[in-house]
Amino acid sequence: MAEMTYIQAISDALRLEMRRDQRVFILGEDVGVYGGAFKVSLGFQEEFGPWRVIDTPLSETAIVGGATGAALMGLRPVAEMQFADFISCAWDHLVTVAAKQFFRTRTPIPIVVRLPSGGGFSGGPFHSQNPESSFAHIPGLKVVCPATPQDAKGLLASAIEDPNPVLYFEHKHLYRRIKGEVPEERYTVPFGSANVHREGDDATVVTWGAMVHTATEAAEELAKEGVEVEVLDMRTLVPWDKARVLEGVRRCSKVLVLHEDTRTGGFGAEIAATIAEEAFEDLDAPVMRLAAPDTPVPFSPPLEKAYIPQVEDVVTALRELAAY
Amino acid sequence: MAVREAEPVGSLQEVKEAGLDREDLLGIYRSMLITRGIEERGHILYKQGKIPGSFYTGRGNEAAAVGVGTAMGPNDVGTPLHRDMGVHVTRGVEPWRVFAQYMGREGGPTRGRDGNVHMAVAELGLHTMVSHLPAMLPVASGMALAFKIRGDRRVAVGWFGEGAAARGDAHEAMNFAGVRQLPMVFVCDNNQWAYSTPTYLSYPVEHIADRAAAYGFEGVVVDGTDVLAVYREAKRAIEKAREGGGPTLVECLTLRMEGHAVHDDAFYVPKEMFEQWAAYDPIERYRTWLQNHAELSDDEENEITATVKRLLNDALDRADASPLPDPATLEGGVFASQEDLDTPHHK
Repeated sequence: MAEMTYIQAISDALRLEMRRDQRVFILGEDVGVYGGAFKVSLGFQEEFGPWRVIDTPLSETAIVGGATGAALMGLRPVAEMQFADFISCAWDHLVTVAAKQFFRTRTPIPIVVRLPSGGGFSGGPFHSQNPESSFAHIPGLKVVCPATPQDAKGLLASAIEDPNPVLYFEHKHLYRRIKGEVPEERYTVPFGSANVHREGDDATVVTWGAMVHTATEAAEELAKEGVEVEVLDMRTLVPWDKARVLEGVRRCSKVLVLHEDTRTGGFGAEIAATIAEEAFEDLDAPVMRLAAPDTPVPFSPPLEKAYIPQVEDVVTALRELAAY
Repeated sequence: MAVREAEPVGSLQEVKEAGLDREDLLGIYRSMLITRGIEERGHILYKQGKIPGSFYTGRGNEAAAVGVGTAMGPNDVGTPLHRDMGVHVTRGVEPWRVFAQYMGREGGPTRGRDGNVHMAVAELGLHTMVSHLPAMLPVASGMALAFKIRGDRRVAVGWFGEGAAARGDAHEAMNFAGVRQLPMVFVCDNNQWAYSTPTYLSYPVEHIADRAAAYGFEGVVVDGTDVLAVYREAKRAIEKAREGGGPTLVECLTLRMEGHAVHDDAFYVPKEMFEQWAAYDPIERYRTWLQNHAELSDDEENEITATVKRLLNDALDRADASPLPDPATLEGGVFASQEDLDTPHHK
């Protein structure tokens, strides 16, 4: 084991995959000489050469469409969007081509698109978004949202191994803030398996990404008041671990669904609806949702703080839930 | 780097120098007849109500499609579009599978998951188009990128129309291919009408191929009704790409001889334009060339026509015998499993 930051774990996974599989290559803007906007691939071009760490023009369509074509020819591309926000420029290529090709023609598209996402540092409306629910709605795409260094590494290995298009949402606010013990060797973390980030029996928080840490801090506050809250880290949204969520509902009877994406049509709505359909009688309180409001991500610090669910917001919600 | 306007093809000697023997020449003729035959019969099936959805033909584009398809090497790949039935035929698609595709049957290349010309057989090096044109151009440049990374002596061919040339995908794919000198050929089927939009409302320069200069590679305009000229130019471009010479944009000038789809009577196309281009019907034109330069006899021609007719009759019967997909299978096959990877075509 070695202590790594979240971003080091991502680099480590990518490097190990490229060492073990010649078919894996990276393409994106500034990923080569510069090492990527966040330095995930720093030093990779020296190790793997300019044809496995490919600097592209500012062309998200060429990046994702190109990854699809290379995958059809048997390679394993890992495309980097400089910011998750820019995936809108390549929407067509994910949603129209990559997501539907296997269903139509039985030709798999094993690509990974890395998406630095999330806010918390005044990135404004175009460098802060969490667009995971938009893609979770598209049949044929897998959606991964790691919250810890250990999962970041294992889920990226799984994503590269997966025979489908995988969107790997890496939260920028976790990059250097979150550290953890990470096995030095290669390993995979399976998709569709939620992780209990914190144990508790009085309520369960269903969440993912950076909100796992926000929820955990809030849960520590509630513990001081004698309320033990489970924090369930979904890890992947497509597929999502419905069985584990429903088990949490059965055991705790109170649920808070929490995410940094906006509220209406967010993936939390799908989880809440499923709980209502399949575990209604296990509930002692209405399913509660806490999410960003339905606005673009604002720039100015007080506005952004009001936008992203804060520890105190989660504490308030959990108190209300506990008292119901 | 001005665009080059290709010469028409003249003598048999010239054609032989381009790498085709008489057998190849008759094969091209046969492929063109099968291409038109599939679409004519499909149109009848559509009118009979046997084909759901809509129906598209490539009448007038047979020479452009068959010419490029013939120039591709066995390990080359491509992403043909809805006017390019001739590419599928030339690469060896079985006509019954096309009819099964039209009719939404299990035997079609997409097994009823998609319809009309949204099909390709990956084992033949062709990959299935989407409706969003020209979204397959960046995909084709990715295929060429894979060849460049691995050092494969293979070429990717990406098709688009003059209408689709207006979209950003075309620019990104060509720019990337130019920057990286990818082994790729861009083929523009310029049939002069994007649905009802004429060329002067689609692009402001004389030729789509003029744009190639902006991406640092060669552009050539060829008469898309002259199958041998198309073959010669496509072959040059493909072999240049294979030898590391980078991309070429080959613009095949034709006229879409029918509506955008069969519901469209193309009232907006001037009658004189149809009359003018009807004189350059690709199949008539090629038949005359074969008679004048390759001694195509009436007996030979009749035999080829009869063989094609039999092939298509049998194909229709076989397609009709193919079952409709079972609704119980709908939800399977959204995601691939490991076993679906690394099949022979997936390389």
